[in-house]
Amino acid sequence: MCAVSETTRENSITLEATVRNLPLIMAFLGERMDAWDCPLRKRMAIELAVEEVYVNIANYAYAPGSGEMTMRVELETADAARTIVVTFIDQGIPYDPLAREDPDVTLPTGKRRIGGLGIFLVKQQTDDVAYEYRDGSNVLTLKKYL
Amino acid sequence: MEIKKTLEGEKLTVAISGRLDTTTAPELEEALKESMDGISELVIDFTETEYISSAGLRVLLSAQKTMNKQGSMIVTGVNDVIMEIFEVTGFVDILDIQ
Repeated sequence: MCAVSETTRENSITLEATVRNLPLIMAFLGERMDAWDCPLRKRMAIELAVEEVYVNIANYAYAPGSGEMTMRVELETADAARTIVVTFIDQGIPYDPLAREDPDVTLPTGKRRIGGLGIFLVKQQTDDVAYEYRDGSNVLTLKKYL
Repeated sequence: MEIKKTLEGEKLTVAISGRLDTTTAPELEEALKESMDGISELVIDFTETEYISSAGLRVLLSAQKTMNKQGSMIVTGVNDVIMEIFEVTGFVDILDIQ
């Protein structure tokens, strides 16, 4: 797995999962949210969740090698409610980030460890997060009500 | 992201403008590392900071740990969105936010 081609079609982007490509992921997400007139505060929350999930995939999914990931960004509408749904798909090692215990956010500075804070923030900033391993892929889905 | 450092004696003020994320946090870490020797008061000015992710929190925690040994650190100008991140992560308890 070393393809570097970037393909963008409709609601999804596929690229090599590297931290260096984070700006491409954020730009793609930003364009989608612009199109949907997403309120600023919700937008920041979604950006934060997407960054944390993407960076996790970039750092760990294919370590020490590299590989591709796909992010799909969609808007679901039901009656008056709108929900942004972001799906991350990679073929790296099977890993459920949600299974990890939340960090203790009440510890004093000296005992604080930063590990796990990213995924904790994802849970805090979204309305729903789900993980499944399906057909050889890690599939993580975030939902945020607008 | 842009970083502006102002040194007055042993007081260092670091103003951050833009986004403190995974791609920019290492720059802040480097900027702090090279300037914290002999500093007894560190002010992190967030007035122009729009966004922070866990990578930025990591740098703040590391700076706080260093300053606990050699002086004090305060964080100023935090906007509502970033304050919410400090609240849910418990950073309101470990940082001196003014």
